[in-house]
Parts: sequence; C-alpha cells; structure tokens
Amino acid sequence: MAIELRDVSLRVGAETHIYETNISLEPGQFNILLGTTLSGKTSLMRLMAGLEKPTSGGLFVNGENVTDIAVQKRSVAMVYQAFINYPSFNVYDNIASPLKVAGLPRKEIDEKVRRFAELLKLTPMLERLPNELSGGQQQRTALARALVKGAELVLLDEPLANLDYKLREELRDELPKMFADTGATVVYATSEPLEALMLGGYTATLQEGRVVQFGKTSTIYRHPESLASAQVFSDPPVNIASIEKRGNTAFLSDSVSWNVPAKLAEMPDGAYKIGLRPHHLSPDGDGVEVGGEVQIAEISGSESIIRVIIEGNDWVSEAHGIHGYEFGQSASFFFDSSRCLYFDANEMLIETQV
Amino acid sequence: MSRIEFKDVRHAYPPPAGQAPVYALKEISQVWEDGGAYALLGPSGCGKTTLLNIISGLLTPSEGSILFDGRDVTRQPTAARHIAQVFQFPVVYDTMTVFDNLAFPLRNRGMPEARATERVTEIAEMLDLSDRLHQRAAGLTADGKQKISLGRGLVREEVNAILFDEPLTVIDPHLKWQLRSKLKELHQQIGVTMIYVTHDQVEALTFADQVVVMYDGGVVQVGTPVELFNRPKHTFVGYFIGSPGMNVLPCKLENGQPVFANNLLSSGYPADADLSGKLEIGIRPEFVGFGDDGIPVEIQKVEDLGRYQVVTVKHEAEQIKMLVGEDEAIPSESPMIQFDPENLHIYHDDWVVETRNA
Amino acid sequence: MRKTTNQKAWWLVVPVLLLVAFNAFIPLMTVVNYSVQETFGNNAFFWEGVTWFEKVLRSERFHDSLLRQLLFTGMIISIEVPLGIAVALSMPRKGPWVSVCLVLMALPLLIPWNVVGAMWNIFALPDIGLLGYTLNSMGFDYNFTQQPVSAWMTTVVMDVWHWTSLVVLLCYAGLCSIPDAYYQAAHIDGASRWAVFRYIQLPKMKRVLTIAILLRFMDSFMIYTEPFVLTGGGPGNTTTFLSIDLVKIALGQFDLGPAAAMSLIYFLIVLLVCWVFYTVMMRNEEQ
Repeated sequence: MAIELRDVSLRVGAETHIYETNISLEPGQFNILLGTTLSGKTSLMRLMAGLEKPTSGGLFVNGENVTDIAVQKRSVAMVYQAFINYPSFNVYDNIASPLKVAGLPRKEIDEKVRRFAELLKLTPMLERLPNELSGGQQQRTALARALVKGAELVLLDEPLANLDYKLREELRDELPKMFADTGATVVYATSEPLEALMLGGYTATLQEGRVVQFGKTSTIYRHPESLASAQVFSDPPVNIASIEKRGNTAFLSDSVSWNVPAKLAEMPDGAYKIGLRPHHLSPDGDGVEVGGEVQIAEISGSESIIRVIIEGNDWVSEAHGIHGYEFGQSASFFFDSSRCLYFDANEMLIETQV
Repeated sequence: MSRIEFKDVRHAYPPPAGQAPVYALKEISQVWEDGGAYALLGPSGCGKTTLLNIISGLLTPSEGSILFDGRDVTRQPTAARHIAQVFQFPVVYDTMTVFDNLAFPLRNRGMPEARATERVTEIAEMLDLSDRLHQRAAGLTADGKQKISLGRGLVREEVNAILFDEPLTVIDPHLKWQLRSKLKELHQQIGVTMIYVTHDQVEALTFADQVVVMYDGGVVQVGTPVELFNRPKHTFVGYFIGSPGMNVLPCKLENGQPVFANNLLSSGYPADADLSGKLEIGIRPEFVGFGDDGIPVEIQKVEDLGRYQVVTVKHEAEQIKMLVGEDEAIPSESPMIQFDPENLHIYHDDWVVETRNA
Repeated sequence: MRKTTNQKAWWLVVPVLLLVAFNAFIPLMTVVNYSVQETFGNNAFFWEGVTWFEKVLRSERFHDSLLRQLLFTGMIISIEVPLGIAVALSMPRKGPWVSVCLVLMALPLLIPWNVVGAMWNIFALPDIGLLGYTLNSMGFDYNFTQQPVSAWMTTVVMDVWHWTSLVVLLCYAGLCSIPDAYYQAAHIDGASRWAVFRYIQLPKMKRVLTIAILLRFMDSFMIYTEPFVLTGGGPGNTTTFLSIDLVKIALGQFDLGPAAAMSLIYFLIVLLVCWVFYTVMMRNEEQ
C-alpha cells in the first residue's frame, strides 16, 4: 500500500521526537530509515504503524486519512530487534498464530505456513520451540510470522542487530528477495550505512528527529543534499574540511589547492566545505596531494583504514592493500578532486556533476 | 605481563546424565605472546567464550593445562592470575563515581590512596574520562561505561592480559569505530596482551595482529589479517573472513591444476598430486574480474555498495560473486570472467592443499 | 511514550471506581463523620469539632500503645530485613534445590493469620507447648501469659517466623536479576565478599528492599490477629498494639468518637511514614 506522512510531527511533553515530516512511500517499495540511535527511526515507525498518534499532521494510506484508525484495523506487521516469539508454541504454531486469529480454514493455514517456512528455510525445525533455535532461526520465525499475515505494510526495526555478522550478511541478501514477491511496502530501520547499501531500495537519512533526505539509496549515497545527509550515510565518517574558494581554485591551505568545477567557479568567492568519502582518499595514486600525520592504521585483510590529521582535520583513508604506519608518522595522501562534494555556508550540496 | 600458553586444553561442560561429553572446546595448543593483540573470531557457539573463560580462570578446563610464563595456573582462581576482562554488557558499580570505579581494583588490593589517585588520573586521561571523574558512573552512556570497564583493567599495573568479550555489542556504530581506534591506540601505548573475542570480522581484523579463527570448538587457522585474507587454510576461513566471503566451487584436478566445469584453470598453488575426495577451488570476489576471454557467465544481480559493486554471476549451476570498482563498467554482452591465479586456492576435504612448488 | 488519547477507555475504569467508592471512600467518610461528632444511638449526632482528636492525642493510653507499636515495628523490621537478605544470599541460584527452597520459604505465608496465632499460642504454652516446655526445662523461666518480656519475645519471634519469607522472596528475585558478568567482573577486580555485597548486590536489591520495608512497615503497624490470638494484648497491656487498642475502644467500650479520631490519626501516621520513606529512597535513586 502507499503510505504518506503529511506534516507529521511528534512531541512528548517539551521534547520533540519527530519534527514536521513529509514522506511518501510507494506500494511494494523497500524503504530504509538510516540514522543513529535516538535519531527518530523507531518513533517514525511507530507513527507509521499507528502505535503513536502524531501531534500534528496526518497519515494517509492509498490517499485515505487513517490517522484515527486503530492499529488493529490496519494491515501492519512489525518485527523488532529482540527476537519476539511465543515461547510455548513451536515454530509451526508461531507462524500459524496470526492466521488462527484471523480464523482461516485449517488447510489454508497449513499451506501458508509451509510455504513461508520453506521461504525462510525453517522447514526442518517446524516442530521445535523458540528456545531450541539459534538467534538467526528465531528471527526468521518472527519474520515468517510477519510475512504470513500478508500485511501490506511491514515494519522492521533493526531486525538483524542481534545476529552474528555472517548471518546478518546472509539475511540482508535474502530479505529484499522475500519481500519482492509479497508486494508489501517494507520499512527497515538500521543504524549501519553499509546495511542500507546492501539492502538497496530507497533510503531516508534521519538526524535528530528530522528526515534529512529521502530517495533511491544509491542516489542518496552519491548525491547527499546536505552535509548532514552525507554524515549519516558514511562509515567510517565522511572527511570534512573547510576550504577557501578564490576564482576557480579551492584552497585547503596555502599549499594545497585544486581547480573547482565550473558550477562552483561561478559562485561567489569565500568559505565553503568539502566532503570526501574515506575510500576516495588514498595513500598512493595521483590527484591532489596532502600531507598528514598518521594517528592509527587498522588493517583488515585486503584493506587498510588509516586515521590521519590533515591540515588540522581528522580524516580517514580507506585504502586497498596493506599500508602500515607508525603512530605520528608523516605521510602523503592523494585524492581526485572530482570526487569532492562541495557544500555552501548552509551545508547544502552544490550540485557540481552534470 | 607474561606469555600465556595452552597445552592440549580441552573442555566439555557436564553432560546430561548417561550421555557422552560433548567438547565445547576441542584440543587446543596455542601460545599468546606477551604484548600481542589477538582476536578470537568465530560464529556463536564456536567455543570462543569458553576459551576466554578458561584464560581468565572463570572456568577450569576438563583436560590440559594453562601456563603463564611457564608457570602452571590451571587450577588458580581468577584473582591470582592478574587478568582483566571487559564484558559484552558494560559492568559498572552503579553507586560509585567514575573515579571510585576506576580505583576499586586498586583499593581492593590495598594500594595506598595517593598512588591509586595518581594511577587513576593517568588512566582516565588516556581514556578521555578526566572531565567525568566525579560523576556517578550510572549516568554515563554505554560507550562511557565500557571505557570504565576497560579502565578498571588498565589501572592495575600487574595485569597479565586484558580480555574482551564482544565489547562493542551495545555501542552505536558511529561510536564503535572510535572505541575500536582507542583500543588499538591503548594497545600501542601500554603494550599489554589483549585478547578480543568477536563474531565480527571487521572488529577482529582491524584490532588484532594475530587472529585465531574458531569453528565448531576448534581452531581452524591462526594468522595475521593478511594471511587469513590471502591464503585461507580452510574453506570456513574463506567464507567467514571477507565480505562477501570467498567463492567455493567444485572442481577436479588435472596435473595438479584445477578444472572447474570443463575450464582448465591455473593456480599459483598447484597440488602435487591429483587427489580424490571432495575437491574445491576457493577464490575471493576481489580476485574475480571481467575479461575478453575466460569463463562465460550470465549476470544475475548487481548491487551498488557505494565503494564497489557486488556482481553475482552464474556459470552452469554455480553462483560466483565478484567485486567490481565503483566506476567500472559491467559488460552487457556475453560477459566472461577470469580468476587471478595467485589467489586461486585448491581445497581437499575443506582444507587447503599444501604445495611444494609454491 | 505517549499514550493514545481514546476517551472510551475511561468507561473501563468505572467498575473499579465504584468498587473503591464502596470499599474505601464511603467507610472512610463514615469514620470522618464519627470522629467529629458525638452519638448516643438512634442516629442522633452532636457536633464536637476536634474534641476527640485532642482527647486521643493527649491520652496516655494512646501514647503508650503508639510507643509499643513503634517499638514492635522497629524490632521486627530490623530483624526481618537483615535476616531476609542473609537467607536470600545463602539460597542456591541454580539447580534442583531452588524450587525446594522457594516452596519452603513460601509456606509460612500461606497460613491464615489466626492459625499462626493459635499455633504459636499452643507451641509456646509453658506447660504443654513444645517451645515453652523446652525453654523451661532448660532452666529459663518462660511464661508468655504472665511475663511481659516473654510475651514480647514470643510475639516478635512469631512475626519474624511468619513474615521473613516475604523479605527473602523479594530479595531473592532482586538477586536473580543480577547478570553473571557483574560477579565475574568483581572477581577479576579482586573484590571481597563484602565488597560484592556492598557495591553490587545491595544497590541492585535497593528497589525490592524499599518495597519489602514498606510492606513490612504497613503490615506490622496494623498487626492485629496474631497478637490478639496469642496474648490478647496481655499480660496487662504490654502487647496491646494500636489496632488492638482501637478495637477495645471501639467495640469494647463503644466510644465511637474517640475510636474514629484514633483511626484517622493512625491512618495519617502510616501514610506519612510511607511517603517520607519512599521519597527519601527515590531521591537517592535519582542522584
């Protein structure tokens, strides 16, 4: 179903949890809410589910105002970070529970339960109780229960956060596929940028109760409208520095400068900010050369993550290959100036790519 | 500080009556060098926490012995081993201030107050806790509390090793990164042996000099992050380390070189003989590339992960994942892939085939 | 978390409101009514103002029973709470003995109060009771029906026997909620058994202890049945606690006015002590 939040805000006492938000989700779309803890992901989900009533604004489903309709009457399913299953029911009965409540004929229940158990690879453990399952299997059971209902809106609140790294990787791969066939609109909250990229679909970046930007995941990543959006969608953090623009040249310092794109060259001279993704800063190669003092280098097999102070800025380089450094070592780093994101005084992106 | 040695250590938890014991930890002999940064990496239930508890003395192994600098400590209690441990969920003494929390282990050991204060101040400085010393510990955020847990280990001068049991579980991703760097920095400054248990390969590889990969109660490979990445000894290591994990494909051997679905490949590590049994090749997605010739494939999926693209291709019944640069074009017509011979490994019954020629 | 504003929910509260009104509010108002008037029956009332309150507050009899009451409550709390903590600490945390211990602990709580009084009465009788006879044959001069000290001792021991279990169960629940990691960390920090208790177990038990003390305070302050069955308030007035005294005045002497005034004063004392105690405990919590 299509969901639209129109001027929705949520205040609790003097605190504002969600500032006025407008967002519209298309039917069957896979949507990601990306933000740190307390950025408002859960509040936004609860608003969408109808568990919270907005302080102002309204919620529209397929164009119809449903703000005052009770959550029980909406076609919503939710899965949480904690594995929530009925402890005394086996996997089969857990999955079947929403269908039994709906009063479906036994044969239809059986058919559906088996179909979704197969989809989530739970068929061999249908007879087991939740506490006899691994974390991944428990969460699959919870997911199956959410799916089997055939809810038109499925809300997933960091469902993989409590799982092992590798299991997470596998489920991330499977999740969008599972939902693709059901036609449900999915909203998935996460605090990990990489997870958002792996899941694809559409992403809303959230910061302190505000939706900073919403759009196709790869678009948000490549064209963050604001510095805040770039910061939310970057791990390790995006490298930020203030530059001075004079004519068609950007100065990071007196000795480090490069030519700016035409669009920026036309703008008034003065102070701007740049954002540079860590993997665009490299210890070798060519482009603009900057000198820095290495703080720490972490090596993860095929890659090195190097923290370095460049012109007083705390920067990170994520580079291919093995690069070892001593603490405090001076070293040169390089970046391709066309990779820079430029932001104006209001920290809004200056679209420089054609 | 000391060198910690495991001699034929095995452990089984007491089995239900009438059943044979199941070893949560299979036989392990392993040396932890003084001042090293180690990671124990493996999925849940692989025995890594059991191993950690054996080092700290919270658990006595059913068999084998543990030596600290050659001294047998197998039956010694935790307190006598001078071990510090940081747990998954931060442990702080709620009623005390940050200062008292840090001073607690020193006071328990009867250190004079003046000396303790000096030591606490010094460690608080390293952990960036100086300005919060006189706050109640209960009021700190998760990462602050976890720093306190760590600090209580660091203040003790006689500590032999600091053990970490998935210490970043409850930390927000953007703070994880900072705390991880802090740990690494502290290790470089203080040089105490650190052993870090995790299921997260990124944490393990970035933290440790030596990574111990565990699987089903046993150690499958010990090595530097680079070794684990470049030449996984077991298909599990290949799968578990790296994201996405290594491609493992069935093969046959012909004159020591692998044949994958009728394509003769070349490996930098050929087998000395044509073995029988389960034979597979392992190649990381990083080392699969498109080429003008090679194995013809069908492209199934392209995922844009920002820094790079993950392309899933199919040859006959086998799926192969490959990593392609962010700007690299993906051929649309009759794509073909190539494997980098230097990074193509042969596995026999899941273990890498050793070679004399390499 | 914000609550959904659905006015219909109020209807669900109506039955409870009605129940409370009949159960508590109306009787309380009746008491207030009696406390400010004098009656000689036939529903004829005369306005007396605060006379009864003054009279009660000045009466030596009230002072004595209040003092006895405070002493009794103080004694049983200072025995039951430490004892309860000690028993809870020594109970097993795991294994088959857990349920055995819990059942044993819950047992005294299941016995009706008048039965407890009767049991101890017989148990402590100096001539035929097991306790009384044993004490006397060991050379102690013990007779709770005649000696004030023996009567007090028996009443206190009876209450401790009856109610320590409640403290134990609450503390045990508190202890069980402490994650293992805390004990392991303390072990590693070289903490002594005392330090573990002082810095981990006690702070984590604080909430349940607050509840336990409040419950024990209120209950013991209103104790009636057991001492009434055991000693009948004697010998003399030595175990006449507030509620026993109150019943004597109200039903024995039928002085409804003073009895009502006394009830209200009694009620206010309980309320005040509970409020002060709870506020102080919770303020500590916030700091």
